[in-house]
Amino acid sequence: MLKFIKGNLEQIDGVEIYPIISLLIFFIFFMVLFWWVFTAKKDHIIEVSNIPLDHNQNEELL
Amino acid sequence: MEVEKFYYDNKIVKNFIIATIVWGIVGMSIGLLIAFMFMFPNLTEGISWLSFGRLRPLHTNAVIFAFVGNAIFAGVYYSSQRLLKARMWSNFLSKLNFWGWQAIIVGAAITLPLGYTTSKEYAELEWPFDIAIALIWVAFGANLIGTILKRRQRHLYVALWFYLATFVTVAVLHIFNSMELPVSALKSYSAYAGVQDALVQWWYGHNAVAFFLTTPFLGLMYYFVPKAANRPVYSYRLSIVHFWSLIFIYIWAGPHHLLYTALPDWAQNLGVAFSVMLIAPSWGGMINGLLTLRGAWDKVRIDPVLKFFVVAITGYGMATFEGPMLSLKNVNAIAHFTDWIIAHVHVGALAWNGFFAFGMIYWLVPRLFKSKLWSDKLANAHFWIGTLGIIMYALPMYVAGFVQAFMWKQFNPDGTLTYGNFLETVHEIMPMYWMRAIGGSLYIIGAFMLLYNVIQTIRQGSKVTDELAEAAPLERVSNKRTSKEGYHTWLERRPVKLTIYATIAILIGGMVQIIPSLLVDDYVPVITSVKPYTPLELEGRDIYIREGCVSCHSQMIRPFRSEVERYGEYSKSGEYVYDHPFLWGSKRTGPDLHRVGGKYSDNWHLNHMYDPQSTSSGSIMPSYKWLIKNELDKSLTVKKMETLVTLGVPYTDDEIERALVWMDEQGTGIEQNLYSDPDFVKTYDADKKFAEENGEEFIEMRNREIVAVIAYLQRLGTDIKVKSE
Repeated sequence: MLKFIKGNLEQIDGVEIYPIISLLIFFIFFMVLFWWVFTAKKDHIIEVSNIPLDHNQNEELL
Repeated sequence: MEVEKFYYDNKIVKNFIIATIVWGIVGMSIGLLIAFMFMFPNLTEGISWLSFGRLRPLHTNAVIFAFVGNAIFAGVYYSSQRLLKARMWSNFLSKLNFWGWQAIIVGAAITLPLGYTTSKEYAELEWPFDIAIALIWVAFGANLIGTILKRRQRHLYVALWFYLATFVTVAVLHIFNSMELPVSALKSYSAYAGVQDALVQWWYGHNAVAFFLTTPFLGLMYYFVPKAANRPVYSYRLSIVHFWSLIFIYIWAGPHHLLYTALPDWAQNLGVAFSVMLIAPSWGGMINGLLTLRGAWDKVRIDPVLKFFVVAITGYGMATFEGPMLSLKNVNAIAHFTDWIIAHVHVGALAWNGFFAFGMIYWLVPRLFKSKLWSDKLANAHFWIGTLGIIMYALPMYVAGFVQAFMWKQFNPDGTLTYGNFLETVHEIMPMYWMRAIGGSLYIIGAFMLLYNVIQTIRQGSKVTDELAEAAPLERVSNKRTSKEGYHTWLERRPVKLTIYATIAILIGGMVQIIPSLLVDDYVPVITSVKPYTPLELEGRDIYIREGCVSCHSQMIRPFRSEVERYGEYSKSGEYVYDHPFLWGSKRTGPDLHRVGGKYSDNWHLNHMYDPQSTSSGSIMPSYKWLIKNELDKSLTVKKMETLVTLGVPYTDDEIERALVWMDEQGTGIEQNLYSDPDFVKTYDADKKFAEENGEEFIEMRNREIVAVIAYLQRLGTDIKVKSE
């Protein structure tokens, strides 16, 4: 009965590489992300964050 | 620089808002009706299309895709045009998006109560609708991307990234999960079976929550909260981190719906780890939303829109704290299959989606109709009654969840179950079901207040017209980075690249989940005693699917002592290899049925379906009288078997050829078994006599639906049943 208890995916060839690849992708992804964010220019950030408030539009309530 | 004049399409936004309100009230009303069925199980007795199992998917689909879906479109169409300083790319696509979506909803509202369902949660619609959804969704995406390409605003605000990610991911999820082979116009079989089907379904199910109920609404939050508070988002940097980490991590977390199942440990643990990590981006987003109100909290006191937003974002925070917690295996062991999950999803649906949509509607309607909100007081009253409704809904369900879990798992010192009868737990939580129904009623009263307020606002306002705007067209800029331009700044003005990167981010996690799911098929250990269903059992299974039995009954016994003691030997992955689709279920309003085969007599099942309370006193199962009267439709049986052969179920040609004879034999066997009950003989023979005397057509018991259902139920779990020596 042991084969019914064992995880079914553990017999896939080369499956041990999955967790390692996962960890690497994960680590690199977040390193790049934080590098992006910390190098963003302050004036750009202010400009973009004000896009929704751009009042070229007739949105005030009567 | 010359300024261009153009018009924002406000009419389409108005249409989506009306649809949101109408479908919202419809979806919630169905929810309320089925909430009352817990106390009055035979509320709609004898009306098959108003039975619980058929209405439950209608409720979830109406709320998710009709109410929240239309709210998404309303908000996206309004905000995208303004964030991009451009009218929607194509009027035709806008209209196609609107009318196509409503047509699909109407189709769902007709077919689901009639029992046309795939039974896969939140993907119940049959294959023609799956195709229609894909087409309309692509129309929406094409319109959005077209608008982005002809924009007059250089940089893409973070809300638009969320919209793009929503479009791309929902498309991927929908297509993968809807792989099915049609048998007829409204019947298909999932291309996947058993464990594989479960993996794909919950990869979809989890991410439907993520990318239909969460990411689009986060985009809306990043637009409408700054608008309503009249100040920019608290931290734009945080929103960048929020976006990328959320879409990257979310898609890995699906396996937490399948803890303690046949999934290998490392995949379960990966799902758990990513679910726990999800709290970081989720709470980052929540904090960003709430802190946008810093210095404006005085406005929250008077502005009903901001009140709704604050509770919505708080609800998001609570639900996303709870989600990772529920993903922990030890917590999941308690919560899974109980009403705790019902509480969890309703905190998300009622607070986060519902309240955010309400706030958005209160903000948009006066602006579209060039008026003031008819009554702030009524909106405030809606806020309070709605908030009370959420609390009254959620708290009793938490209590009910714990009561269920602890009663299910309680042992006597001698090793027997303390509450061996499942109904004892049902009886115990009836007060909680009452309170939940009251909470739901309060919430829906609030929705009607909104409806009234909106109608009055529209009446005093003027007609919605397309709004004139002007902006300078974009100057051509090099595709390369300009001097001193940061990488992300560059990316933000490259929408196609941004979309591609977002797609890659979701595909990484998607692949980590999907590739093993596609491979697992070949690695599920074959159990030689597991055989395909007989034609009669197969028809019975399709009736089980049609009636939505899976809404309340699981077919997955987890390897816990308490479950093995109650239901029998725990479920093995190899037992499901012919299950297209899988029917593991996600909720136990009634007991698990995986080992119900052979547990009761055929007569018991017949009586139980006719009048559940007669066999199980205090049961809250509705009666299924029509199963006992209806003639079994055998016209598609052979076609169904042939379709399943294509999907890998090993029916032989000989078996398919003698399918009808085989059905007749098995049906006759069950009919004979039924004759062992003198009460049955009396009523059945009387019916037969009556029909003969009046010249009516009489359907033999062996040709009725109930016989197929009994055949299926008696088969369940018997393939490997462990016999006590």
